[in-house]
Amino acid sequence: MSGVAAPPLVRVAGVSKSYRRGGQVVPVLADITLDIPGGAFLGLMGPSGSGKSTLLNLIAGIDKPDAGSIAVAGVDITRLPEAELADWRAANVGFIFQFYNLMPVLSALENVELPLTLARMDRRERRERAQATLELVGLGDRMEHFPSELSGGQQQRVAIARAIVTDPRILVADEPTGDLDRHSAEEILALMDRLNVDLGKTIVMVTHDRRAAERAHSIMHLEKGELFAHEELPR
Amino acid sequence: MPVPLAYSLRNLRARKLTTALTAGGMALVVFVFAAVLMLDAGLKSALVKTGQPDNILVTRRSAGTEIQSAVDRQQAAVIESQPEVALGPGGVPIVSKEVVVLIALPKRDSGVPTNVTIRGVGPGGLALRPQLAMAQGRMYRPGASEVVVGRTIAERFDGVGVGERLRFGGREWTIVGTFDAGGSAFDSEVWGDGEQLMQAFRRPVFSSVVAKLADPGSFEALKARLESDPRLTVEVKRERAFYEDQSAALSNFISILGVTLSVIFSIGATIGAMITMYAAVANRTAEIGTLRALGFRRAGILGAFLAEAVLLALVGWAAGLAAASLMQLVQISTLNWQTFAELAFRFTMTPKIVAESLLFALAMGVAGGFLPAVRAARLGIVDALRAA
Repeated sequence: MSGVAAPPLVRVAGVSKSYRRGGQVVPVLADITLDIPGGAFLGLMGPSGSGKSTLLNLIAGIDKPDAGSIAVAGVDITRLPEAELADWRAANVGFIFQFYNLMPVLSALENVELPLTLARMDRRERRERAQATLELVGLGDRMEHFPSELSGGQQQRVAIARAIVTDPRILVADEPTGDLDRHSAEEILALMDRLNVDLGKTIVMVTHDRRAAERAHSIMHLEKGELFAHEELPR
Repeated sequence: MPVPLAYSLRNLRARKLTTALTAGGMALVVFVFAAVLMLDAGLKSALVKTGQPDNILVTRRSAGTEIQSAVDRQQAAVIESQPEVALGPGGVPIVSKEVVVLIALPKRDSGVPTNVTIRGVGPGGLALRPQLAMAQGRMYRPGASEVVVGRTIAERFDGVGVGERLRFGGREWTIVGTFDAGGSAFDSEVWGDGEQLMQAFRRPVFSSVVAKLADPGSFEALKARLESDPRLTVEVKRERAFYEDQSAALSNFISILGVTLSVIFSIGATIGAMITMYAAVANRTAEIGTLRALGFRRAGILGAFLAEAVLLALVGWAAGLAAASLMQLVQISTLNWQTFAELAFRFTMTPKIVAESLLFALAMGVAGGFLPAVRAARLGIVDALRAA
């Protein structure tokens, strides 16, 4: 990070969130304040129910907090109406899920093209960009394969290509290695590391795997909806 | 921005059996719907083809059908001498004074006697019906006890081959030929010389007078004059309109019954489509959550599932319409309640039926897909993603 005055990319300020479950209000996040600088690779760790996924969902703009604000690159996403928030996600957020969440009826290439259909882009440009991105994740030879014809690691790489093809400001990953064997998990983490270091992508990753989290530059620990500890990791 | 259509289409292809069964249900409904309309169109086309645009047909006022009509010789002479009537070679008016009676003949397949129209035709009768051509044998000779039979009569009744004899009106009539009237109602008739048939049936009066107009535009003037002439008690219609009116009762019955049945069936098919689409939404909840996370709006999700239901209906429509088209090979013969005579016609496909059945199928698709699509669009992103 150069320049001390550069504002953080993500500024989470006083965010609380609770769910209603069977008439009972269950607090999930309590007054979270957190800054994520651009180019960071942040790991969110914590036991189940600690609120780490909820925090990730709030930063990604697929959930809304009960209180507080979340500003991404100066835009308070908690104030955006739903349709505008959808457009904001399409332009600014790349998602990586534990179970890849590819469209089973679409080929690898079509899955990667899918978010580009939301951008103003002609068909050829879309195709070329999706192809280049698949090559970047090492799947240049699997473009016409359907998800069911790919291994877990390959599917997750398609999902990562889908997440970065729109060149979003921020990548959110929820247990990206949770469904993979050790070897594939290492490959995925190495790829994410490259995205962060070579392409400067800001990544927020939820995991409860310590080895995965150690790929990050810093780790936030959550417990019972509160930030519990913050550790900076040596590069 | 809509979800790409390929996504909806591929999902239909992915669950082939469900798609086939659901579309099959819709296809059956489209088939019934189209077949009924084709039946109605065939009936109308047979009767409309029967009339020539420049012919008029005169019957007794309020008779409605030729069988209930009587026009005496004096009245016929007045009609014949009108200046609007076209003249043939030698200045003879092109007019046919006709007598129409019914006889019962046994049907070939069932042996059941059925009413058949016998038409006694005047000298101008053939000039007035250029659609008529001999298929076999020759035309009857005026003054002889000879008749010719229409194509569908020859196919459907016993004892009507060329050279065979029919007994009616106290005489034996030799069948000397078979004619093809181009699928019109005349194909279901037996024709002979008008004067001979009047004698045989002891009829002093004609049933109708058919005349060709020199100028089809003069119809209204002629109609007004003849219908207000105190010597006449007649009704003047264009021949085509007359035959159209003949089909009204049967046509209404077919279309009302058919459309009512189709609509009832369509409720079943629509519910089938709805169940299929609800299942699709339930199975793909995580996909819906993912699409929303990627930035597709609720409207896009609604559109994708609605498109899927509409595509499903289009598959059903295409299959149903294809099956219905095959019905064009089938000929139907039934009693026309207005003339009490047998009438044969074909299921007839028209562009209008193609369009109407398409709208009908689309309506089923939209009705079946709407509620499931709304459910898909209303899913919360986080809850939907958790369904993975």
